[in-house]
Amino acid sequence: MTHLLTAAMPRDAAIALLDLAEDMHQIQDRQVKKLPALRGRTVVNLFFEDSTRTRSSFEIAGKWLSADVINVSGKGSSASKGESLRDTGLTIAAMGVDGVVVRSGSSGAPALLADWIGRPVVNAGDGTHEHPTQALLDAFALRRRIHGDAARGKGLDGVRVAIVGDIAHSRVARSNALLLPALGAEVTLVGPPAFLPPGAGPTRLGVRATTDLDAVIAERPDALMLLRVQLERQTGAVVPSAAEYITGWSLTDERLARLGDEARIMHPGPMNRGLEISSRAADADASTILEQVTAGVSVRMAVLYSLLASDHPSSADGGSR
Amino acid sequence: MTTLLTGARVLGGEVRDLAIHDGALVDPASIDRDAAEVVDAAGLVALPGLVDLHTHLRQPGGEQAETVASGLRAAAAGGFTCVFAMANTTPVADTPAVVEQVHRLGLESGLATVRPIGAVTVGLRGERLADMLMLHRSAAGVTVFSDDGHCVADAELMRRALEHAASMDAVVAQHAQEPSLTRGAQMHEGALSAELGLAGWPAVAEAAVVARDALLAELAGARLHVCHVSTAQTVEVVRAAKARGVRITAEVTPHHLLLTEELVRGYDGRYKVNPPLRPEADVLALREALADGTIDIVATDHAPHAPEAKQAAFAEAAFGMVGLETALGVVQQSMVETGLLDWAGIARVLSTAPAAIGREPGYDAPLEVGSPAHVVLVDPAARRTIEVGHLRGRSANSPFLGVELPGEVRHVWHAGRRTVRDGAVLAAPDAGEAA
Repeated sequence: MTHLLTAAMPRDAAIALLDLAEDMHQIQDRQVKKLPALRGRTVVNLFFEDSTRTRSSFEIAGKWLSADVINVSGKGSSASKGESLRDTGLTIAAMGVDGVVVRSGSSGAPALLADWIGRPVVNAGDGTHEHPTQALLDAFALRRRIHGDAARGKGLDGVRVAIVGDIAHSRVARSNALLLPALGAEVTLVGPPAFLPPGAGPTRLGVRATTDLDAVIAERPDALMLLRVQLERQTGAVVPSAAEYITGWSLTDERLARLGDEARIMHPGPMNRGLEISSRAADADASTILEQVTAGVSVRMAVLYSLLASDHPSSADGGSR
Repeated sequence: MTTLLTGARVLGGEVRDLAIHDGALVDPASIDRDAAEVVDAAGLVALPGLVDLHTHLRQPGGEQAETVASGLRAAAAGGFTCVFAMANTTPVADTPAVVEQVHRLGLESGLATVRPIGAVTVGLRGERLADMLMLHRSAAGVTVFSDDGHCVADAELMRRALEHAASMDAVVAQHAQEPSLTRGAQMHEGALSAELGLAGWPAVAEAAVVARDALLAELAGARLHVCHVSTAQTVEVVRAAKARGVRITAEVTPHHLLLTEELVRGYDGRYKVNPPLRPEADVLALREALADGTIDIVATDHAPHAPEAKQAAFAEAAFGMVGLETALGVVQQSMVETGLLDWAGIARVLSTAPAAIGREPGYDAPLEVGSPAHVVLVDPAARRTIEVGHLRGRSANSPFLGVELPGEVRHVWHAGRRTVRDGAVLAAPDAGEAA
């Protein structure tokens, strides 16, 4: 793996990363959470968009691997003074950093940076395109919920996952729609018509898509992933109101009852309680929301280790672009 | 000065000689052959000088990307002897002063005729009509009006523009793009835009405006020209309008005849253009429409940009591609080599018809004795891989770099003046270009 730009990867590669994340996960139980693997390596978190949780997660992951982690924010830097993405990337690369974790509001920006700077690049979310580490951590948390300590080596075969919300503008949904099916899961995308990605027919992003959440709940999925809804971003033509959204697509207490106790409830955060998810659903035993956050650090340690550890066998191959 | 072109395949057909004297084509039998400069045209196809109804020369205001002089070098290299310069300059070509400046710069270059296009609305803002009659009556003699880059979305304004243009036998060239359907649009809307996470430009946003405009043109009894048709759906709308007798003409760009949206996959800003590259089915429908006359002409939408405008994240990159230098090769590849058009057809879609739409005289009897000597000699058997060195304008934002294209423009005469000799443009580099 030379970069992590997309969650589209072969099953074997995904399972290898998740297994490596299991190894990293053991560190959670230690008092001294530090591995020497990336000592002397420098990672820059280049964030053109605000994101406290993803940036913190990458920062902790890097530090627990003993890397030197530098945070560069798009705001207040030369990037906000009109410097181009390319010049910012080349400047940081010229300082001798070993890897760049990039968050950008522009779809495709990490892929372009990877071409321009000749350093390993991790996509920490690009526009409305992808968020591959989020999909990996979702898969990790779900696999752990299902298989517990026996998760190693396993996929998500036959696991039915419904992703609900603004699919069209969600990089989380896009990456999950690529990764989860590769692991054997059956993914259904659910949302109002304007929130489904463009395409013809009932297949979008290569998986099943529908506007009918209640029909999906009646199928008793194994996991329901709610996405953060940002109605303030939308024009009135898309979703008329919060009440309209809740009527069709919120995981309300009433839908929670129909879903049953078995289905895992997932959310990448930050949540709008009362909009896309009720408080009772968010805090239910079936909720994996905090486990997802914990998994985030383990998964990002695995990714940084794969890309930057000189002794890691996969650090030299062509890998996941 | 007399020039004799020997053994050319005239319009790709009959092999005969052509003679140029005093800027016009004359009967080869009437000249003194011993005193004439002889150009061996054996194996070359003779075409009339090409006419581009849709060129961005960027001057005034965008001289980092292109000037009139550099744009005309690109034009000459591509076999063009007349270009219509779009109005989206800074300041906008909405006053006689601007169109007369652009016209004068064209005369100073001499490599090709520049026909400035006037803005439809002041500042291209779509709020009130520009002084169209003043532009028409200016020394630049504007006969084509366009807000290209922006759609004249307001129906009332479009109606009045068409009526006003009709009163001076001018044409309104519409950039058909319903703005409310294309907010933030970056590429064709479809499964690929969904996958890449780029905001989509739905085909209906083009066809819906063309349908409306066709009805407005019918109402006004005016001439409507549709810029850069990019979808099969728009082709159907244009076809239906023509069947109704609406005075509608349409153009297609070379890039929409050859390239598909798949190129956007790598997020390379070079492939960002408006309207966007479309799926293959649209490309094939556009070729068919050009062959059957539903689409009247090929126009380049030559849109130069400085490197920094393209080396950016896709959503931040500028729209547009240069195209003058490669247009003929692309059309040969997509239309001639596919058997859809012969060379006489190429002369029609790249010279006679665009000149007629733009009311540019001198192109109605191509290569006939008595016509102005706008002549191109093309080697149709040549093949070349396009490199930056083949681009003669200031900008290199071509989607065809690294692509092998057939045909090579060998010689060009503009009103009897030699502008290209053996593939080399006969003009000094303009100021600011050391190389």
